[in-house]
Amino acid sequence: MILQTLSFYLFASICVASGVMVISSRNPVHAVLYLILAFFNAAGLFVLMGAEFLAMLLVIVYVGAVAVLFLFVVMMLDINFTELRQGFLQYLPIGALVGFILLVELLLVLGSWAVSPDAGAALVATNATVGGTTNSHALGRLIYTHYAFLFQCAGLILLIAMIGAIVLTLRERVGVKRQNVGRQVARRREDSVVVVQVDSGKGI
Amino acid sequence: MICWNGLEPMVDFWQDYALPGAIIVAKIVAIIIPLLIAVAYLTYAERKVLAVMQLRRGPNVVGPFGLLQPLADGLKLFMKETIVPAGASRALFIMAPMLTFILAMLAWAVIPVDAGWVLSDINVGVLYLFAISSLGVYGIIIAGWASNSKYAFLGALRSAAQMVSYEVSIGLVIITVLLCVGSLNLSRIVEAQKTVWFVIPLLPMFVIYFISALAETNRSPFDLPEGESELVGGYFTEYSSMTFALFFLGEYANMILMSAMGAILFLGGWLPPFDIAPFNWVPGPIWFALKICFVLFGFLWVRATFPRFRYDQLMRLGWKVFLPFSLFYVVLVAGVLVAFDWLPTP
Amino acid sequence: MASLSATARSFLLWELLAGMKLTFSYMFKKKATLNYPYEKGFISPRFRGEHVLRRYANGEERCIACKLCEAICPAQAITIESEPREDGSRRTTRYDIDMTKCIYCGLCQEACPVDAIVEGPNFEFATETREELFYNKAKLLANGDRWEVEIAANIAADAPYR
Repeated sequence: MILQTLSFYLFASICVASGVMVISSRNPVHAVLYLILAFFNAAGLFVLMGAEFLAMLLVIVYVGAVAVLFLFVVMMLDINFTELRQGFLQYLPIGALVGFILLVELLLVLGSWAVSPDAGAALVATNATVGGTTNSHALGRLIYTHYAFLFQCAGLILLIAMIGAIVLTLRERVGVKRQNVGRQVARRREDSVVVVQVDSGKGI
Repeated sequence: MICWNGLEPMVDFWQDYALPGAIIVAKIVAIIIPLLIAVAYLTYAERKVLAVMQLRRGPNVVGPFGLLQPLADGLKLFMKETIVPAGASRALFIMAPMLTFILAMLAWAVIPVDAGWVLSDINVGVLYLFAISSLGVYGIIIAGWASNSKYAFLGALRSAAQMVSYEVSIGLVIITVLLCVGSLNLSRIVEAQKTVWFVIPLLPMFVIYFISALAETNRSPFDLPEGESELVGGYFTEYSSMTFALFFLGEYANMILMSAMGAILFLGGWLPPFDIAPFNWVPGPIWFALKICFVLFGFLWVRATFPRFRYDQLMRLGWKVFLPFSLFYVVLVAGVLVAFDWLPTP
Repeated sequence: MASLSATARSFLLWELLAGMKLTFSYMFKKKATLNYPYEKGFISPRFRGEHVLRRYANGEERCIACKLCEAICPAQAITIESEPREDGSRRTTRYDIDMTKCIYCGLCQEACPVDAIVEGPNFEFATETREELFYNKAKLLANGDRWEVEIAANIAADAPYR
């Protein structure tokens, strides 16, 4: 048990620390790398809670795909970051105001949050490994059986967003020559080469 | 009495933590040492197979048949000086090869070598493998950025885009296999192939998996990230000595890992091809090793045969051919399983 | 029908498999390379390798210090100084070849009236320092003694064509 507690504090503290570094590090690439570290430790916390499926999904989706794209964009940005920070203090009042409002809202929400007395029991009941089924079965039952329609709706919204992004960025350019692999592969010798027997001194 | 009170927690500590810990460490060593030897001799096998296919002889001077060549190469790299470029981001520059190497080793925690012979038999084994292999891109991209060199950077960008693209089709291939098994546990996946290996009903998926694995490990004909004719050495242009050796070992360990994954998903892991007398005398780990060798030979064979792809062709193949085709096959397999009521019971 | 077979071929990866079959068949062919330090290729009698200064059978050196080789050398790699010997014959006191300048054109051995300077069959004379490649008369004569048998055989083999 002491190992679990120790690793919880390890993961949690690294997670919080790297979260702080994300917003405070000077180099944006380092910030993204700290973000990845934070994702990782969050995955570790998921594993400690017995949600190994979610942990793996977090690593695959966020670390393996989303953060790579972040890193991609940030690395290719050619911005002078010291110049960008020149007017930093100028926006401080409005930034602080927004932050303060958010903090108050969070406090209001959390302050009035009453934990029901049987929450602990519910936690144990929904804990997948205790129930004898695995994580993925429990999640699958929940998503594909109980909330099938909501899941479909979410999928449709994502599809529309994807198509929208493609339509917005698709440019139809004229005069572009593209390789047509199918045509290249289908091309045969008989279609493209004619062997002509030419008599000398006559031409074709 | 004080002495006794002091001793009892010590005994507990010994039995609860130290002993299991020592056993786990011993298991890890038992996996890592053969793996490293396999990596060393994979480089030797690659040079020999390529040589034989190109009518050359390959390494044959160091030791009998050149068998000590990998050790000599390793020693040479070890003795050299590690150079860190002046403009490099030092910590990341050193970290990147270590990351590549560690990730390649880490994935072996869930690979079952025989029934029950696995370090950690977790329920989400396939996802763990997939997650670890998708992290491999970080070693490369960090190396490219930290080197502060345009060749390394271009190589890293190419590699990152390539690996992310081909991960998609590998994911769909894995889903197809999972549909037929009904479990994410690697041992369960192998046991589900007792009657017939998945390579027979899912042959197109195996081909897609194999080609995607070539792209995922940056192997020829998809070795654009290290395309020496245009990018010098790709992402490890600036690396030397042990940092380079770690990249090298990581790349080859990844090849073995991808082959092991292919053997588990499609070739029936440790199972013999026929469950009859001469075949099932051979122990499971040997069958598993033979299958890995078979897939690895495919890697080398392909390298000896095909020229390098152009980058747009590579992207086209990944997104416009493999993605739709594997998606179609997922739907087809799911449809067949439901229609004939062959869905596996969990 | 033709398009059908073309489609089937492209889906069955026919061309790729044909290529792989070819490389596989090459595994069982005879090697094209030699195991170099232990096996060596055939060398023509006219091969132009390391220079030697030859002697007559009685041990007298052939070179008469006519300096034709020095005159014809396009890379000006040869330096000769001569004086009369005690017996009155004209001999070289210095015969240097800078092997780093030499282009192995073979004009020196063509120019030589007494077959003294010859380019032998030896091509394995790499050295660790540059200085070792500045050959002097002693080195060239020692080379001649070492390679005399092979050089004599080569000259005899090439004689009908001259």
